[in-house]
Amino acid sequence: MSPYSQRSNAARDELGLMLDRQIGLTRASGQSASPRRDAMNAPAKPQDPQAAYTGADAVVACLKHQGVEVIFGMTGGVISPVYDALFRDGSIKHVIVGHEQGAAHMAEGYARATGKVGVVMTTSGPGATNLVTGLADAFMDSTPMVAITGQVTSNLLGNDAFQEADMRGITMPITKHNYQITSVDELPGVFAEAFFVALSGRPGPVLIDLPKDVSTAPCDHLLAAPSAPTGYKPPYRGQPLQIERALKVMAKAKQPVILAGGGVVTAGASEELRELVRLTGIPVTTSLMGLGTYPAGDELYLGMPGMHGTGYANLALHHADLIVCVGNRLDDRVTGQLDRFAPDAQFIHIDVDASEIGKNLPCLVPIVGDAKPVLIEMIKGVKQWEEKPDFSAWRERIDGWKKCYPMTYQPKPPAISPQAVVELLGRTLPEEAIVVTGVGQHQMYTAQFYPFREPRTLISSGGLGTMGFGLPAAVGAKVGSPDKEVVLIDGDGSFLMTIQELATAVRYKVGVVVLILNNHFLGMVRQWQEMFMDKRQAETDLQPPPYAKVAQAFGGLGREVTTSEELEEAIAWARAEAADKRVPVVLDVAVEREALVLPMVPPGGANADFIPCPGQKREE
Amino acid sequence: MENLSPISVLVRNERGVLSRVSGLFARRGFNIYSLAVGETDDPTVSRISVVVAGDPPVIEQVVKQLRRLVSVIKVSDLTGQARVERGLLVIKVKAPHDKRGELMQLVQIFRARVDHVDNQSLILEVTGNREKLEAFIDILRPHGILEMARTGQIAIARSQGPMADYWNEAAAGFDEDQDGTYNISRAAERLAQEIQEQD
Ligand SMILES: Cc1ncc(C[n+]2csc(CCOP(=O)(O)OP(=O)(O)O)c2C)c(N)n1
Repeated sequence: MSPYSQRSNAARDELGLMLDRQIGLTRASGQSASPRRDAMNAPAKPQDPQAAYTGADAVVACLKHQGVEVIFGMTGGVISPVYDALFRDGSIKHVIVGHEQGAAHMAEGYARATGKVGVVMTTSGPGATNLVTGLADAFMDSTPMVAITGQVTSNLLGNDAFQEADMRGITMPITKHNYQITSVDELPGVFAEAFFVALSGRPGPVLIDLPKDVSTAPCDHLLAAPSAPTGYKPPYRGQPLQIERALKVMAKAKQPVILAGGGVVTAGASEELRELVRLTGIPVTTSLMGLGTYPAGDELYLGMPGMHGTGYANLALHHADLIVCVGNRLDDRVTGQLDRFAPDAQFIHIDVDASEIGKNLPCLVPIVGDAKPVLIEMIKGVKQWEEKPDFSAWRERIDGWKKCYPMTYQPKPPAISPQAVVELLGRTLPEEAIVVTGVGQHQMYTAQFYPFREPRTLISSGGLGTMGFGLPAAVGAKVGSPDKEVVLIDGDGSFLMTIQELATAVRYKVGVVVLILNNHFLGMVRQWQEMFMDKRQAETDLQPPPYAKVAQAFGGLGREVTTSEELEEAIAWARAEAADKRVPVVLDVAVEREALVLPMVPPGGANADFIPCPGQKREE
Repeated sequence: MENLSPISVLVRNERGVLSRVSGLFARRGFNIYSLAVGETDDPTVSRISVVVAGDPPVIEQVVKQLRRLVSVIKVSDLTGQARVERGLLVIKVKAPHDKRGELMQLVQIFRARVDHVDNQSLILEVTGNREKLEAFIDILRPHGILEMARTGQIAIARSQGPMADYWNEAAAGFDEDQDGTYNISRAAERLAQEIQEQD
């Protein structure tokens, strides 16, 4: 059995059952919520009296076969046969959304919280194109997702038929793979392959375009043995030879740093990462996507590097002679100006996706493989080191930087500092609570000041940086992990972009806490204007609606917070209400309007030239 | 001349596979010199032969990006490998009566064929590797080229077995125990050697 199916099965076993208990999605197990539905629960009604089923029934069978528990989506003309089949079958839950982009981000949130594949379904044309941002986001952040889009009947394809869009063409660059079905016989094979591709190797979104004539075609049986996917065989173990070389290089290094990314989360290799750091004593830094894989507060932990990373992480990388990259793709937000990034370092690069290795920087030891088996092998090797390398001088130097450039901010009372809100949440929420963010300053404050300690506790749009990601992703995360607290830290701009998903959260009793760090600005862009555009505020001041009232209007709860004193109590209230009433609870927190995210590496600059926190001076 | 690398890509013969591959080239700004597609002896498998212009790190990225595609079964970089490489050129040249003899000599030297003759021109056809075709074009240029059409270059490595070998290998999947060179960037290989020499 492949390690991938093991991974998905384990995840399924652990988390699958919770859903029924917790989420009020349409039906509780054993009893039907609607009598109308009971009447419809009869077996599939064939359109062709000869055939027992339709293509749509086959689709539902494929989804059940994959263990799909919930689908996020929106119905429409050409997809309605599948909706009808889902309805008649009744065993898969469906979350109907306000906008298909919301469905895609919900599937992402679900996938990132659980490690399972998130599934979305939409109609053709506008429904399908509304998925594009979510697919691109999932692609950039390697999130496993299967999207099923309806399509006009095959004989109309290419004719600019009503609600036709060339989804295969449109999504080719932003999906790991895509399919257009031509006959019902293809369904079992395509679905099996699609789920395998989405989840294995470097995960990603896969799209299945389903013409209406296929979903209405007669079909004799629901599942045939799917053929094995050809060609696509992602690597898993790393080359032993390379691992051996990596160990040698590590043992000889004087100033090494481990740089871990989202690949460690995906691989479920957080424990192994911690063990490797503990055994070697090599300091470790994690990118935004890797936050939580190493516990904040540990003495060997340097926080996040890069544009808004800590000064000491950036200095450590800059002076390193060896960087061990694990599941990190050296994004430009991490490296800054590439030719001045870590000028003296050599790289050991571990990644399931070979094309990430050597893409941005030449690499001394490439290891193509899943982070987990590779780290396990490395740990074995390290345990056999005869002489443990001594990095204490290097660590002392780093400690010096930690003292020079601690993470601080300048409170400006009576204004509420956004960083203080994040810190307060960090002290309040349990370790396993899931924190979701939008995109902007609030996202970076969260990355900087929230003490992530467990993998899959931060869900954020890293690669695409999608404003509006937060609310739907939080809903999806809560649907996937109903027993965990889910808190969205959002910006006033980001929240507005997918605010309609409040209706979805209310409808399905999804009790998420939304904490808006409301600065009445598109804050991150305003920061760039202030720092790099002579303070010209072109179109960045917002007049956000009263979000607390908006939440109430949607059927949730909301409250405005304007002073630091009421904050703690308000957070406690929101958490309690979200848990108790199972509705979205919005805290609209008026924060200091002109706060800046610091440290900051100026765009295009080198990491070592970061602008430090207020009150600190750059020395080197 | 730029570095040109012939790369041979075996793909599942499914609709849209060519746009998938060519789209990848376009998106990543890889510079395609020529492209040719055709079925193999297995009708479910096609071979895309593509000649890419670029330095070794670019070619390495091309190969890795191609390997990422789910439709791709196998990618072979044939740069520097013994191979049979062919393209087809059809070319119409001015051919006044007093030049015909000379042209016919060239046809013989290049083992071309005459496909059409009229009072003004000849249409010639020649196959061969890139250098040969280019030499032929250069030598005809002074005569006056009226029209010309070329196919992409196709190539097969001499050393490797027939199609069946590719197929078996592909079915066996990624060989995790093969020698580590599979993924070593060439630049990295150089670096590694330097280090070893320093030791
Ligand atoms: C969909 C989308 N549009 C535009 C941007 C560009 N952008 C990045 S951050 C930002 C401002 C975010 O403002 P807000 O959500 O209020 O958060 P803040 O920075 O104030 O915390 C903008 C406009 C983006 N990332 N995504």
